[in-house]
Amino acid sequence: MQFFGVPFTVFGDDSLQYLNTIEGKRAFIVTDKNIIKLGLADLVTTELKKANIEYKIFDGVEPDPSIKTVEKATAIAKDFKPDWFIGLGGGSPMDASKSVWACYAAGIGPLDISPSEIYDLRAKARLICIPTTSGTGSESSWCIILTDTERERKVSLGSYETLPDIAILDPRMVMGLPPQITGDTGIDALCHAIEGYVSTWRSLFTDGPGLVAIKLVFENLKKAYDDGKNEDARKAMMCAASMASACFINGMAGLGHSTGHAIGGLFHTPHGRAVGLFLPYTMEYLINGSDKTASRYAEIARFCNISRDNDDKKCAKALVDAVRKLAKSVGQPLAFKDTNIKREEYIKQMEGLVDRSINELMTSAVTRVPESEDLEKLFTYAYDGKSVDF
Amino acid sequence: MLWGTLDWLNAYMEKLNSYKAYEDAAKTWEGDFYFITEAGGAGKEPSYMYLDLWHGKCRKVDIVTEATKDKYKPEFVVQGSIPTWRKVAEKKVDPIQAIVTRQLKLTGNMGKVLRAVKAAQELVTTVTMVKTEWPE
Repeated sequence: MQFFGVPFTVFGDDSLQYLNTIEGKRAFIVTDKNIIKLGLADLVTTELKKANIEYKIFDGVEPDPSIKTVEKATAIAKDFKPDWFIGLGGGSPMDASKSVWACYAAGIGPLDISPSEIYDLRAKARLICIPTTSGTGSESSWCIILTDTERERKVSLGSYETLPDIAILDPRMVMGLPPQITGDTGIDALCHAIEGYVSTWRSLFTDGPGLVAIKLVFENLKKAYDDGKNEDARKAMMCAASMASACFINGMAGLGHSTGHAIGGLFHTPHGRAVGLFLPYTMEYLINGSDKTASRYAEIARFCNISRDNDDKKCAKALVDAVRKLAKSVGQPLAFKDTNIKREEYIKQMEGLVDRSINELMTSAVTRVPESEDLEKLFTYAYDGKSVDF
Repeated sequence: MLWGTLDWLNAYMEKLNSYKAYEDAAKTWEGDFYFITEAGGAGKEPSYMYLDLWHGKCRKVDIVTEATKDKYKPEFVVQGSIPTWRKVAEKKVDPIQAIVTRQLKLTGNMGKVLRAVKAAQELVTTVTMVKTEWPE
């Protein structure tokens, strides 16, 4: 038994207008202070007013939202009694909104959200997610990433019930993104789609959105990075991010994410930059030990016109080169030595990095599952910028 | 040995306690389980396998019945049908994937389980080391 689920998705010009067609009484908007400052929340509330929906804004979501933040927002939501939740922002506000919605509607704590339980969340409220970046794809995903600040660890939670009801992809929300965030988040989308496409949890339903998302990222990310006002590139990247999410969340991400999460938990490197940096190293690792995954990478390379070579491994390696070239062109570091993390500091955290990675679900959803020794080598190679030869 | 019997469970405990990879992966794990196989097919009654797992070792196993299930109050309960347990035991489906897709039902702190993914996988690897007969 496998599932495939995506929200009802509204996209293209003026998509936010869809908000004035919804029925309800009160909407609780979960966002961050920057979104308010940029005036993006005003675009949302203008439409809610047209629909005669009362709203309340919680703008206290921090990057990598903590369990405490979710608890605080849930307490406010309980007093407000919304029938809609709106997650507005990048991955952090959207993940926080799913969590606050689930806690409010099911009367549970953030860490209690379990895929085994049936909560009937929609009996009390529903969820709309509106992304303001093109990468995380949280708007199309049931997954919630919170930070357990006590253990310095990211926690993956969720159930199929925490999939948003509606995703609204309005290009106005991303037109002002600075190049660095465009690059960081765009590479995250690429990572979702490539890892989802080769995951051992993949299905026939995940292949289509994965392949199309990869092609869209290769064709549009650099354009959006170079010219943020390029509407066609922005629209394509918004769709790519949502499709990439549909691919990996209905399958599973892979080693780039499990290693990247470990880095994020210990060094607070932005998510997209961390997973994107590891992606080519982990791809090389899989190519070296798995013909099956090399063949899947070759399919991607051929679909995206990156290589037409009949040899799967050559095609797969061409894809790795293309990933590195794209990442470099959008301001991504290709090795950890190029970040501000000192080598001795990095090596000192090696045990924690390996322990966190090996206990990530994504580590097991690949065709070559690394043990601790290989993970340690992967972390070292990624620091030094050395191609993986084992 | 037949799945769900005390003979099977004792053989499993022996394998688990001599398997270094499990010991390493579960060195900080503290928590006991019921693995419940639902009634159906040859199984007229649900079967309850109790395992007490502590710091990389299995301290105790037991079989209880529907009538005696209150003997233990384990921190975690994992429940599924015979075909699902078989798919997991034969590594045809990842145990966490089975939980996420509701093929197995987990009662207990999912977050704690998700911090011990490697240990969960080594538990399954150990199942493959026991020659298992499945109720038809």
